[in-house]
Amino acid sequence: MISVENLVKNFGDVKAVDGVSFTVQAGEIFAFLGPNGAGKTTTIKMLTTLLKPTSGKITLDGLDPVTSQTEARRKFGIVFQDPSLDSELTALENMELHGVLYGVQRKIRLERTEMLLKLFELWERRSSYVKTFSGGMKRRLEIARGFLHTPKILFLDEPTLGLDPQSRNQLWTHVKNLNQTEGVTVFLTTHYMDEADRVAHRLAVIDHGRIVAQGTSQELKEQTKTESLEEAFLALTGSSIRDEKAGSAEQLRQMANMWRKNR
Amino acid sequence: MNAVYILWLRELKRYRRSYAQIIASLAQPMLYLLVLGFGLGPVFQKAGNGSYLQFVAPGVVGMTVLFSSVFSGIGLLWDRQFGFLKETLVAPVPRITVMIGKSLGAATVATIQGTLVLIVCLIAGFRPVSWASLPLAFVFMILTAIIFSGLGMAIGSVLQDMQGFQLIMNFLVMPIFFLSGALFPLNDLPKVLSLMTRLDPLSYGVDGLRGALIGASQFEAVTSISVLSVVAVLFLALGGYLFSRIQL
Repeated sequence: MISVENLVKNFGDVKAVDGVSFTVQAGEIFAFLGPNGAGKTTTIKMLTTLLKPTSGKITLDGLDPVTSQTEARRKFGIVFQDPSLDSELTALENMELHGVLYGVQRKIRLERTEMLLKLFELWERRSSYVKTFSGGMKRRLEIARGFLHTPKILFLDEPTLGLDPQSRNQLWTHVKNLNQTEGVTVFLTTHYMDEADRVAHRLAVIDHGRIVAQGTSQELKEQTKTESLEEAFLALTGSSIRDEKAGSAEQLRQMANMWRKNR
Repeated sequence: MNAVYILWLRELKRYRRSYAQIIASLAQPMLYLLVLGFGLGPVFQKAGNGSYLQFVAPGVVGMTVLFSSVFSGIGLLWDRQFGFLKETLVAPVPRITVMIGKSLGAATVATIQGTLVLIVCLIAGFRPVSWASLPLAFVFMILTAIIFSGLGMAIGSVLQDMQGFQLIMNFLVMPIFFLSGALFPLNDLPKVLSLMTRLDPLSYGVDGLRGALIGASQFEAVTSISVLSVVAVLFLALGGYLFSRIQL
Protein backbone atom coordinates (compact mmCIF):
# COMPACT_ATOMS: atom_id res chain seq x y z
CA MET A 1 0.00 0.00 0.00
CA ILE A 2 2.85 2.36 0.89
CA SER A 3 6.31 1.86 -0.47
CA VAL A 4 9.24 4.20 0.11
CA GLU A 5 12.67 3.80 -1.44
CA ASN A 6 15.73 5.76 -0.47
CA LEU A 7 13.77 8.84 0.52
CA VAL A 8 15.92 11.93 1.18
CA LYS A 9 14.95 15.44 2.31
CA ASN A 10 17.54 18.14 2.89
CA PHE A 11 16.83 21.54 4.41
CA GLY A 12 19.93 23.44 3.37
CA ASP A 13 22.80 21.49 4.95
CA VAL A 14 20.58 19.60 7.35
CA LYS A 15 19.62 16.09 6.30
CA ALA A 16 16.18 15.72 7.89
CA VAL A 17 15.50 12.41 6.18
CA ASP A 18 18.51 10.50 4.95
CA GLY A 19 17.80 7.49 2.75
CA VAL A 20 14.69 5.95 4.30
CA SER A 21 13.15 2.80 2.81
CA PHE A 22 10.18 0.75 4.02
CA THR A 23 6.95 -0.81 2.84
CA VAL A 24 3.56 -1.03 4.50
CA GLN A 25 1.13 -3.77 3.47
CA ALA A 26 -2.56 -3.12 2.80
CA GLY A 27 -4.62 -3.33 5.98
CA GLU A 28 -1.58 -3.11 8.20
CA ILE A 29 -1.10 -0.79 11.18
CA PHE A 30 2.44 0.50 10.92
CA ALA A 31 4.10 2.58 13.65
CA PHE A 32 6.91 4.98 12.92
CA LEU A 33 8.85 5.70 16.09
CA GLY A 34 11.69 8.07 16.81
CA PRO A 35 12.89 10.81 19.14
CA ASN A 36 12.02 14.47 18.51
CA GLY A 37 13.54 15.77 15.30
CA ALA A 38 14.29 12.26 14.00
CA GLY A 39 12.44 12.93 10.73
CA LYS A 40 9.04 11.39 11.41
CA THR A 41 6.93 14.42 10.57
CA THR A 42 9.11 15.33 7.57
CA THR A 43 8.55 11.81 6.21
CA ILE A 44 4.79 12.11 6.71
CA LYS A 45 4.78 15.50 5.00
CA MET A 46 6.53 14.01 1.97
CA LEU A 47 4.12 11.06 1.91
CA THR A 48 1.16 13.43 2.00
CA THR A 49 2.31 15.86 -0.76
CA LEU A 50 3.03 18.74 1.63
CA LEU A 51 6.77 18.61 0.96
CA LYS A 52 8.69 17.64 -2.14
CA PRO A 53 11.37 15.01 -1.50
CA THR A 54 14.96 15.94 -2.41
CA SER A 55 15.31 12.47 -3.89
CA GLY A 56 13.89 8.97 -3.59
CA LYS A 57 10.67 7.29 -4.63
CA ILE A 58 7.29 7.08 -2.90
CA THR A 59 4.32 4.99 -4.00
CA LEU A 60 0.90 5.25 -2.37
CA ASP A 61 -1.48 2.58 -3.65
CA GLY A 62 0.41 2.63 -6.94
CA LEU A 63 0.50 6.42 -7.24
CA ASP A 64 3.45 8.78 -6.96
CA PRO A 65 2.46 11.71 -4.71
CA VAL A 66 5.01 13.95 -6.45
CA THR A 67 3.69 13.54 -9.99
CA SER A 68 0.02 12.64 -9.43
CA GLN A 69 -0.70 14.83 -6.41
CA THR A 70 -4.47 15.16 -6.67
CA GLU A 71 -5.12 11.45 -7.28
CA ALA A 72 -2.75 10.47 -4.48
CA ARG A 73 -4.45 12.86 -2.07
CA ARG A 74 -7.77 11.11 -2.62
CA LYS A 75 -6.23 7.89 -1.27
CA PHE A 76 -5.35 9.05 2.21
CA GLY A 77 -6.70 10.82 5.24
CA ILE A 78 -4.41 12.53 7.68
CA VAL A 79 -4.48 13.69 11.28
CA PHE A 80 -1.70 16.17 11.80
CA GLN A 81 0.49 16.62 14.82
CA ASP A 82 -1.05 20.03 15.45
CA PRO A 83 -4.68 20.99 14.94
CA SER A 84 -6.04 21.59 11.45
CA LEU A 85 -9.71 22.24 12.20
CA ASP A 86 -11.41 25.56 11.63
CA SER A 87 -12.33 26.50 15.18
CA GLU A 88 -14.77 29.21 14.05
CA LEU A 89 -16.94 26.56 12.42
CA THR A 90 -19.06 23.86 14.05
CA ALA A 91 -18.16 20.17 14.06
CA LEU A 92 -20.73 19.51 11.34
CA GLU A 93 -19.45 22.37 9.22
CA ASN A 94 -15.90 21.07 9.47
CA MET A 95 -17.11 17.65 8.34
CA GLU A 96 -19.16 19.19 5.52
CA LEU A 97 -16.20 21.24 4.28
CA HIS A 98 -13.98 18.18 4.27
CA GLY A 99 -16.58 16.04 2.52
CA VAL A 100 -17.11 18.62 -0.23
CA LEU A 101 -13.37 19.14 -0.73
CA TYR A 102 -12.95 15.39 -1.12
CA GLY A 103 -15.91 15.14 -3.50
CA VAL A 104 -17.92 12.79 -1.25
CA GLN A 105 -21.52 12.50 -2.50
CA ARG A 106 -23.96 14.40 -0.33
CA LYS A 107 -25.97 11.35 0.74
CA ILE A 108 -22.90 9.32 1.68
CA ARG A 109 -21.38 12.35 3.35
CA LEU A 110 -24.37 12.85 5.63
CA GLU A 111 -24.56 9.14 6.49
CA ARG A 112 -20.89 8.79 7.26
CA THR A 113 -20.74 12.08 9.16
CA GLU A 114 -23.50 10.83 11.44
CA MET A 115 -21.93 7.39 11.81
CA LEU A 116 -18.46 8.77 12.57
CA LEU A 117 -19.58 11.55 14.92
CA LYS A 118 -21.65 9.01 16.85
CA LEU A 119 -18.75 6.58 16.95
CA PHE A 120 -16.40 9.24 18.28
CA GLU A 121 -19.07 10.47 20.71
CA LEU A 122 -19.37 13.93 19.21
CA TRP A 123 -22.86 13.71 17.75
CA GLU A 124 -24.45 15.54 20.70
CA ARG A 125 -22.07 18.45 20.16
CA ARG A 126 -22.28 18.50 16.38
CA SER A 127 -23.60 22.07 16.21
CA SER A 128 -21.12 23.56 18.70
CA TYR A 129 -18.21 25.65 17.54
CA VAL A 130 -14.97 23.71 17.55
CA LYS A 131 -13.37 26.47 19.63
CA THR A 132 -15.51 25.32 22.56
CA PHE A 133 -14.18 21.75 22.33
CA SER A 134 -11.61 20.19 24.68
CA GLY A 135 -8.29 18.93 23.32
CA GLY A 136 -9.55 15.36 23.30
CA MET A 137 -12.74 16.26 21.46
CA LYS A 138 -10.79 18.15 18.80
CA ARG A 139 -8.53 15.16 18.24
CA ARG A 140 -11.51 12.85 17.94
CA LEU A 141 -13.14 15.20 15.46
CA GLU A 142 -9.96 15.32 13.40
CA ILE A 143 -9.79 11.54 13.27
CA ALA A 144 -13.49 11.25 12.44
CA ARG A 145 -12.92 13.77 9.65
CA GLY A 146 -9.93 11.80 8.38
CA PHE A 147 -12.18 8.75 7.91
CA LEU A 148 -15.01 10.65 6.22
CA HIS A 149 -13.94 10.05 2.63
CA THR A 150 -13.20 6.34 3.25
CA PRO A 151 -9.46 6.65 2.65
CA LYS A 152 -7.31 3.63 1.88
CA ILE A 153 -4.53 4.96 4.08
CA LEU A 154 -4.81 6.95 7.30
CA PHE A 155 -1.81 8.90 8.53
CA LEU A 156 -1.79 9.69 12.24
CA ASP A 157 1.02 11.98 13.35
CA GLU A 158 1.21 11.78 17.15
CA PRO A 159 -2.58 11.73 17.45
CA THR A 160 -2.60 11.17 21.22
CA LEU A 161 -0.23 13.97 22.15
CA GLY A 162 -1.53 15.70 25.28
CA LEU A 163 -4.51 13.38 25.82
CA ASP A 164 -5.43 11.65 29.05
CA PRO A 165 -5.18 7.83 29.24
CA GLN A 166 -8.95 7.43 28.85
CA SER A 167 -9.06 9.40 25.62
CA ARG A 168 -5.95 7.68 24.30
CA ASN A 169 -7.37 4.29 25.01
CA GLN A 170 -10.71 5.09 23.42
CA LEU A 171 -9.06 6.65 20.39
CA TRP A 172 -6.94 3.60 19.62
CA THR A 173 -9.89 1.28 20.12
CA HIS A 174 -11.79 3.20 17.44
CA VAL A 175 -8.82 3.26 15.10
CA LYS A 176 -8.34 -0.49 15.50
CA ASN A 177 -12.03 -1.11 14.87
CA LEU A 178 -12.07 0.98 11.73
CA ASN A 179 -8.88 -0.72 10.59
CA GLN A 180 -10.72 -4.02 10.80
CA THR A 181 -14.14 -2.98 9.48
CA GLU A 182 -12.98 -0.70 6.65
CA GLY A 183 -9.61 -2.31 5.98
CA VAL A 184 -7.84 1.03 6.13
CA THR A 185 -4.05 0.94 6.28
CA VAL A 186 -2.79 2.98 9.23
CA PHE A 187 0.56 4.74 9.36
CA LEU A 188 1.13 6.30 12.78
CA THR A 189 3.79 8.03 14.81
CA THR A 190 3.75 8.28 18.58
CA HIS A 191 6.00 8.80 21.58
CA TYR A 192 4.03 6.35 23.70
CA MET A 193 5.69 2.97 23.30
CA ASP A 194 2.89 1.11 25.07
CA GLU A 195 0.45 2.40 22.42
CA ALA A 196 2.68 1.37 19.58
CA ASP A 197 3.18 -2.03 21.15
CA ARG A 198 -0.54 -2.56 21.57
CA VAL A 199 -1.82 -1.18 18.29
CA ALA A 200 0.79 -1.66 15.59
CA HIS A 201 1.39 -4.81 13.60
CA ARG A 202 4.86 -3.69 12.60
CA LEU A 203 7.15 -0.85 13.63
CA ALA A 204 10.13 1.07 12.33
CA VAL A 205 12.49 3.13 14.47
CA ILE A 206 13.97 6.21 12.87
CA ASP A 207 16.81 8.33 14.28
CA HIS A 208 18.81 11.14 12.68
CA GLY A 209 16.83 10.64 9.48
CA ARG A 210 17.71 6.96 9.13
CA ILE A 211 15.78 3.82 9.94
CA VAL A 212 17.75 1.97 12.61
CA ALA A 213 15.45 -1.03 12.98
CA GLN A 214 12.14 -2.39 11.74
CA GLY A 215 9.96 -5.42 12.37
CA THR A 216 7.32 -6.58 14.80
CA SER A 217 7.50 -5.50 18.42
CA GLN A 218 8.71 -9.02 19.30
CA GLU A 219 11.48 -8.86 16.69
CA LEU A 220 12.70 -5.49 17.99
CA LYS A 221 12.83 -6.78 21.54
CA GLU A 222 14.73 -9.90 20.47
CA GLN A 223 17.11 -7.90 18.34
CA THR A 224 18.02 -5.59 21.25
CA LYS A 225 17.71 -8.32 23.92
CA THR A 226 15.31 -6.18 25.97
CA GLU A 227 12.08 -6.86 27.82
CA SER A 228 9.85 -4.03 26.63
CA LEU A 229 9.45 -1.91 23.55
CA GLU A 230 10.43 1.17 25.56
CA GLU A 231 13.76 -0.40 26.47
CA ALA A 232 14.25 -1.58 22.93
CA PHE A 233 13.58 1.96 21.70
CA LEU A 234 16.11 3.47 24.13
CA ALA A 235 18.66 0.79 23.24
CA LEU A 236 18.26 1.71 19.55
CA THR A 237 18.21 5.50 19.84
CA GLY A 238 20.34 6.15 22.94
CA SER A 239 19.18 8.15 25.93
CA SER A 240 20.39 11.66 25.07
CA ILE A 241 17.69 14.32 24.88
CA ARG A 242 16.90 16.06 21.58
CA ASP A 243 15.70 19.60 21.50
CA GLU A 244 13.63 20.89 18.68
CA LYS A 245 13.74 24.47 17.59
CA ALA A 246 10.45 26.25 18.22
CA GLY A 247 9.02 27.28 14.86
CA SER A 248 7.25 30.53 14.13
CA ALA A 249 3.92 28.69 14.21
CA GLU A 250 4.52 27.68 17.82
CA GLN A 251 5.42 31.23 18.81
CA LEU A 252 2.32 32.65 17.20
CA ARG A 253 0.08 30.09 18.82
CA GLN A 254 1.47 31.09 22.19
CA MET A 255 0.78 34.71 21.44
CA ALA A 256 -2.79 33.95 20.37
CA ASN A 257 -3.36 31.95 23.53
CA MET A 258 -2.15 34.88 25.58
CA TRP A 259 -4.68 37.17 23.92
CA ARG A 260 -7.45 34.73 24.49
CA LYS A 261 -6.67 34.53 28.19
CA ASN A 262 -6.55 38.30 28.56
CA ARG A 263 -10.01 38.69 27.15
CA MET B 1 -16.71 24.03 -8.45
CA ASN B 2 -18.21 22.72 -5.21
CA ALA B 3 -14.83 23.19 -3.59
CA VAL B 4 -14.73 26.86 -4.63
CA TYR B 5 -18.25 27.31 -3.25
CA ILE B 6 -17.59 25.67 0.12
CA LEU B 7 -14.39 27.68 0.68
CA TRP B 8 -16.19 30.87 -0.33
CA LEU B 9 -18.96 29.99 2.11
CA ARG B 10 -16.42 29.41 4.86
CA GLU B 11 -15.06 32.95 4.50
CA LEU B 12 -18.57 34.37 4.68
CA LYS B 13 -19.51 32.33 7.72
CA ARG B 14 -16.37 33.41 9.52
CA TYR B 15 -17.11 37.02 8.63
CA ARG B 16 -20.71 36.91 9.79
CA ARG B 17 -19.69 35.42 13.12
CA SER B 18 -17.15 38.10 14.04
CA TYR B 19 -19.28 41.05 15.12
CA ALA B 20 -16.38 42.65 16.94
CA GLN B 21 -14.30 42.60 13.79
CA ILE B 22 -17.11 44.05 11.69
CA ILE B 23 -17.62 46.96 14.09
CA ALA B 24 -13.88 47.55 14.48
CA SER B 25 -13.27 47.64 10.74
CA LEU B 26 -16.01 50.25 10.30
CA ALA B 27 -14.49 52.58 12.89
CA GLN B 28 -11.49 53.69 10.82
CA PRO B 29 -13.44 54.62 7.67
CA MET B 30 -15.89 56.54 9.83
CA LEU B 31 -13.05 58.57 11.32
CA TYR B 32 -11.82 59.48 7.87
CA LEU B 33 -15.31 60.26 6.69
CA LEU B 34 -16.49 62.32 9.61
CA VAL B 35 -13.30 64.00 10.86
CA LEU B 36 -11.76 64.71 7.46
CA GLY B 37 -15.14 65.14 5.78
CA PHE B 38 -16.26 67.87 8.14
CA GLY B 39 -12.78 69.04 9.22
CA LEU B 40 -11.40 69.77 5.76
CA GLY B 41 -14.81 70.75 4.42
CA PRO B 42 -14.45 74.54 4.79
CA VAL B 43 -10.96 74.65 3.21
CA PHE B 44 -12.06 72.47 0.32
CA GLN B 45 -15.10 74.66 -0.20
CA LYS B 46 -13.01 77.85 -0.26
CA ALA B 47 -10.74 76.31 -2.89
CA GLY B 48 -13.82 76.10 -5.06
CA ASN B 49 -14.08 72.31 -5.14
CA GLY B 50 -17.50 71.92 -3.58
CA SER B 51 -18.35 69.67 -0.65
CA TYR B 52 -15.45 67.62 0.72
CA LEU B 53 -17.84 65.09 2.24
CA GLN B 54 -19.23 64.41 -1.23
CA PHE B 55 -15.70 64.15 -2.56
CA VAL B 56 -14.19 61.94 0.12
CA ALA B 57 -17.08 59.47 0.57
CA PRO B 58 -16.24 57.36 -2.53
CA GLY B 59 -12.58 57.46 -1.42
CA VAL B 60 -13.49 56.12 2.00
CA VAL B 61 -15.54 53.34 0.41
CA GLY B 62 -12.54 52.47 -1.78
CA MET B 63 -10.28 52.51 1.26
CA THR B 64 -12.58 50.13 3.13
CA VAL B 65 -12.57 47.71 0.22
CA LEU B 66 -8.76 47.91 0.01
CA PHE B 67 -8.12 47.23 3.69
CA SER B 68 -10.79 44.60 4.05
CA SER B 69 -9.68 42.58 1.05
CA VAL B 70 -5.96 42.77 1.78
CA PHE B 71 -6.58 41.68 5.38
CA SER B 72 -8.83 38.81 4.35
CA GLY B 73 -6.17 37.66 1.92
CA ILE B 74 -3.52 37.89 4.59
CA GLY B 75 -5.93 35.88 6.78
CA LEU B 76 -4.26 33.00 4.99
CA LEU B 77 -1.45 33.54 7.45
CA TRP B 78 -3.78 32.71 10.33
CA ASP B 79 -4.96 29.60 8.54
CA ARG B 80 -1.32 28.65 8.23
CA GLN B 81 -0.54 29.29 11.89
CA PHE B 82 -3.66 27.62 13.22
CA GLY B 83 -3.32 24.64 10.97
CA PHE B 84 -6.43 24.84 8.82
CA LEU B 85 -4.31 25.58 5.75
CA LYS B 86 -2.93 22.03 5.88
CA GLU B 87 -6.43 20.63 5.63
CA THR B 88 -6.97 22.49 2.36
CA LEU B 89 -3.48 21.74 1.04
CA VAL B 90 -3.84 17.95 1.33
CA ALA B 91 -7.35 17.99 -0.14
CA PRO B 92 -7.63 16.37 -3.57
CA VAL B 93 -8.39 19.62 -5.38
CA PRO B 94 -5.95 21.72 -7.37
CA ARG B 95 -4.35 24.48 -5.33
CA ILE B 96 -5.72 27.06 -7.74
CA THR B 97 -9.27 26.00 -6.78
CA VAL B 98 -8.51 26.59 -3.11
CA MET B 99 -6.96 29.94 -3.94
CA ILE B 100 -9.93 31.08 -6.07
CA GLY B 101 -12.41 30.01 -3.40
CA LYS B 102 -10.60 31.93 -0.70
CA SER B 103 -10.04 35.01 -2.87
CA LEU B 104 -13.67 35.20 -3.93
CA GLY B 105 -14.66 34.84 -0.28
CA ALA B 106 -12.31 37.67 0.68
CA ALA B 107 -13.59 39.82 -2.18
CA THR B 108 -17.21 39.22 -1.19
CA VAL B 109 -16.49 40.18 2.41
CA ALA B 110 -14.71 43.33 1.23
CA THR B 111 -17.65 44.28 -1.00
CA ILE B 112 -20.05 43.83 1.91
CA GLN B 113 -17.83 46.02 4.08
CA GLY B 114 -17.70 48.65 1.32
CA THR B 115 -21.49 48.57 1.09
CA LEU B 116 -21.83 49.03 4.85
CA VAL B 117 -19.55 52.07 4.70
CA LEU B 118 -21.51 53.44 1.75
CA ILE B 119 -24.64 53.20 3.89
CA VAL B 120 -22.83 55.02 6.71
CA CYS B 121 -21.87 57.71 4.19
CA LEU B 122 -25.51 58.09 3.18
CA ILE B 123 -26.50 58.48 6.81
CA ALA B 124 -23.76 61.10 7.28
CA GLY B 125 -25.27 63.20 4.52
CA PHE B 126 -23.60 61.92 1.36
CA ARG B 127 -25.86 61.94 -1.70
CA PRO B 128 -24.97 60.26 -5.01
CA VAL B 129 -25.80 62.25 -8.16
CA SER B 130 -28.04 59.50 -9.44
CA TRP B 131 -29.23 56.23 -7.91
CA ALA B 132 -29.19 54.66 -11.35
CA SER B 133 -25.39 54.66 -11.39
CA LEU B 134 -25.21 52.62 -8.17
CA PRO B 135 -24.77 49.31 -10.07
CA LEU B 136 -21.71 50.82 -11.79
CA ALA B 137 -20.33 51.75 -8.38
CA PHE B 138 -20.67 48.09 -7.38
CA VAL B 139 -18.77 46.99 -10.47
CA PHE B 140 -15.85 49.15 -9.30
CA MET B 141 -16.15 47.93 -5.74
CA ILE B 142 -16.11 44.29 -6.81
CA LEU B 143 -13.18 44.72 -9.20
CA THR B 144 -11.18 46.55 -6.53
CA ALA B 145 -12.03 43.83 -4.01
CA ILE B 146 -10.85 41.07 -6.37
CA ILE B 147 -7.57 42.86 -7.10
CA PHE B 148 -6.62 43.34 -3.48
CA SER B 149 -7.83 39.91 -2.36
CA GLY B 150 -5.45 38.50 -4.95
CA LEU B 151 -2.68 40.72 -3.63
CA GLY B 152 -3.50 39.73 -0.05
CA MET B 153 -3.35 36.05 -0.98
CA ALA B 154 -0.02 36.59 -2.71
CA ILE B 155 1.36 38.27 0.41
CA GLY B 156 -0.20 35.70 2.73
CA SER B 157 1.41 32.89 0.73
CA VAL B 158 4.87 34.36 1.14
CA LEU B 159 4.76 35.62 4.75
CA GLN B 160 5.76 33.09 7.38
CA ASP B 161 4.59 34.94 10.47
CA MET B 162 2.97 38.16 11.67
CA GLN B 163 6.26 40.03 11.89
CA GLY B 164 6.18 40.81 8.20
CA PHE B 165 2.70 42.16 8.57
CA GLN B 166 3.67 45.64 9.83
CA LEU B 167 6.14 45.92 6.99
CA ILE B 168 3.42 45.17 4.45
CA MET B 169 1.05 47.60 6.13
CA ASN B 170 3.46 50.52 6.18
CA PHE B 171 5.28 50.00 2.92
CA LEU B 172 2.55 48.63 0.70
CA VAL B 173 -1.02 49.07 1.91
CA MET B 174 -0.75 52.60 3.30
CA PRO B 175 1.06 53.93 0.18
CA ILE B 176 -1.56 52.28 -2.04
CA PHE B 177 -4.21 54.09 -0.05
CA PHE B 178 -2.54 57.52 0.10
CA LEU B 179 -1.48 57.51 -3.56
CA SER B 180 -4.93 56.53 -4.81
CA GLY B 181 -6.57 59.92 -4.68
CA ALA B 182 -9.00 58.66 -2.07
CA LEU B 183 -8.38 61.82 -0.05
CA PHE B 184 -7.41 64.43 -2.68
CA PRO B 185 -8.16 65.19 -6.33
CA LEU B 186 -5.68 63.78 -8.83
CA ASN B 187 -5.57 66.80 -11.17
CA ASP B 188 -2.76 69.41 -11.10
CA LEU B 189 -0.40 67.21 -9.07
CA PRO B 190 3.42 67.43 -9.26
CA LYS B 191 4.69 65.21 -12.08
CA VAL B 192 6.27 62.49 -9.93
CA LEU B 193 3.23 62.21 -7.70
CA SER B 194 0.94 62.19 -10.70
CA LEU B 195 2.91 59.33 -12.24
CA MET B 196 2.80 57.35 -9.00
CA THR B 197 -0.94 57.77 -8.65
CA ARG B 198 -1.36 56.42 -12.16
CA LEU B 199 0.60 53.30 -11.27
CA ASP B 200 -1.62 52.64 -8.26
CA PRO B 201 -4.49 50.30 -9.18
CA LEU B 202 -6.63 51.71 -6.39
CA SER B 203 -6.63 55.11 -8.18
CA TYR B 204 -8.76 53.60 -10.92
CA GLY B 205 -11.09 51.95 -8.41
CA VAL B 206 -11.61 55.16 -6.43
CA ASP B 207 -11.89 57.27 -9.57
CA GLY B 208 -14.45 54.87 -11.01
CA LEU B 209 -16.44 54.97 -7.77
CA ARG B 210 -16.29 58.76 -7.77
CA GLY B 211 -17.42 58.86 -11.39
CA ALA B 212 -20.36 56.60 -10.63
CA LEU B 213 -21.38 58.23 -7.37
CA ILE B 214 -20.73 61.96 -7.84
CA GLY B 215 -20.25 62.17 -11.58
CA ALA B 216 -16.73 63.59 -11.46
CA SER B 217 -13.83 61.47 -12.62
CA GLN B 218 -10.32 61.75 -13.97
CA PHE B 219 -10.37 58.71 -16.25
CA GLU B 220 -13.06 57.31 -18.53
CA ALA B 221 -15.10 54.58 -16.82
CA VAL B 222 -14.18 52.18 -19.63
CA THR B 223 -10.47 52.89 -19.13
CA SER B 224 -10.74 52.29 -15.41
CA ILE B 225 -12.67 49.05 -15.85
CA SER B 226 -10.14 47.79 -18.39
CA VAL B 227 -7.16 48.66 -16.18
CA LEU B 228 -8.82 47.10 -13.13
CA SER B 229 -9.74 43.92 -14.99
CA VAL B 230 -6.22 43.43 -16.30
CA VAL B 231 -4.69 44.05 -12.88
CA ALA B 232 -7.23 41.69 -11.28
CA VAL B 233 -6.19 38.88 -13.60
CA LEU B 234 -2.50 39.63 -12.97
CA PHE B 235 -2.83 39.68 -9.18
CA LEU B 236 -5.00 36.56 -9.10
CA ALA B 237 -2.43 34.79 -11.26
CA LEU B 238 0.38 35.97 -8.98
CA GLY B 239 -1.56 34.90 -5.88
CA GLY B 240 -2.34 31.55 -7.47
CA TYR B 241 1.27 30.98 -8.42
CA LEU B 242 2.64 31.85 -4.97
CA PHE B 243 -0.10 29.85 -3.26
CA SER B 244 0.67 26.77 -5.34
CA ARG B 245 4.29 26.94 -4.20
CA ILE B 246 3.52 26.79 -0.48
CA GLN B 247 5.30 23.93 1.24
CA LEU B 248 4.84 23.28 4.92
